Amino acid sequence: MAGAVMALQAHAAQDSGATITIDNFTFAPAELRVPIGTVVTWVNRDDTPHTVVDSHQAFRAKALDTDDSYSFTFMTAGEFDYFCSLHPFMTAKVVVTP
Amino acid sequence: MSRRQTADGGSQPNRRDTLECMVWAGTGVLWAMSGGVPVARGLLGDAQAAAASDFSFLQMSDSHIGFNKAANPDALGTLREAVARVKALAVKPSFIIHTGDITHLSKPAEFDNADQVYAETALQMHAVPGEHDLIDEDRGKAYLDRYGKGTNGAGWYSFDDHGVHFIGLVNVADLKAGGLGNLGTEQLAWLENDLKDKSASTPIVVFAHIPLYVLYRQWGWGTDDGERALALLKRFGSVTVLNGHIHQLAQKVEGNMTFHTALSTAFPQPSPGSAPSPGPMVVPAERLRSLLGLSTVTLRQGNKPLAIVDTTLAT
Ligand SMILES: [Cu+2]
Repeated sequence: MAGAVMALQAHAAQDSGATITIDNFTFAPAELRVPIGTVVTWVNRDDTPHTVVDSHQAFRAKALDTDDSYSFTFMTAGEFDYFCSLHPFMTAKVVVTP
Repeated sequence: MSRRQTADGGSQPNRRDTLECMVWAGTGVLWAMSGGVPVARGLLGDAQAAAASDFSFLQMSDSHIGFNKAANPDALGTLREAVARVKALAVKPSFIIHTGDITHLSKPAEFDNADQVYAETALQMHAVPGEHDLIDEDRGKAYLDRYGKGTNGAGWYSFDDHGVHFIGLVNVADLKAGGLGNLGTEQLAWLENDLKDKSASTPIVVFAHIPLYVLYRQWGWGTDDGERALALLKRFGSVTVLNGHIHQLAQKVEGNMTFHTALSTAFPQPSPGSAPSPGPMVVPAERLRSLLGLSTVTLRQGNKPLAIVDTTLAT
């Protein structure tokens, strides 16, 4: 049973990746809704570095230079508020649905 | 990408651009402390005319060593140009204050390159970190290993020179979602204690990366608890606040306080609200050096304000 769940999640992760683009000091989309198991990838398209940091320490990317990316797999449902620790006015959210 | 004005983008200079040019034409500040108040002077002109008894120092900022994007493919090269100007100064300044973002990505090689070029000035450098100096894996260790000796917390400290009390503050560490720059209660308590025994007639120079007052909230150009620091400084007869971060000149005088932001030696940024974001601003190559520079500050004798002179790399 546990194996089946794992396999299902791995499958879901492969099929349901989602991308958040950082452009002009903005996370887009500002709110992303995804099902559990989704791999979310942030890509920095600005010519200055940004970071991706969960407000409650669920995840933290190292600084992303231009065209660098960071991925995190969401395995629990809930709302994840995150921001750029270099430019904290940059805030956004990922909503993970069961 | 954060593209706005591009060299070939067809945006002709309009009246606004021209005015900005004029404002920017005197970049690079020579801070001269004249009787306790900093006064801006032209780096090469007035600075050379400074009396021998005057005490001057340089403010350099935002060298962003490691930056190599369109806004300036050679940030190390333009720092070298700035340092060449420092070496050519007729009146030797006492030291350099660096208001942060020495590096672009906090990499060891970037710190090494910066150190090597600044060393050519043969001047001591008093630094505070910018947010770009604290993005190594250990979140500030790379910076503190080099510049943190004798400092407190994330790198704040004070020292005295020629009767002036200098205070380096850190407002780029551990920033909170939705906030601006931040000093934090520990640093504010330290500041209160640091100022406790100082006479109100002591000239004060405060330096930090992000402006201590809110210059443009939408781009994070301000410090959430900066007002609390300024309240502690209110009783002093001469307070000069030097900042970087915004890569352009901005000056403001409020009572006994003078606020000044310096140019970057690496790349310009747009004026508040004039672009979709505060990212590096691409300008025609022949215009770049008129938007980069440094500042000289001179303390003149006899209760006159500090003199600040901004100089660009184009002049
Ligand atoms: Cu950012």
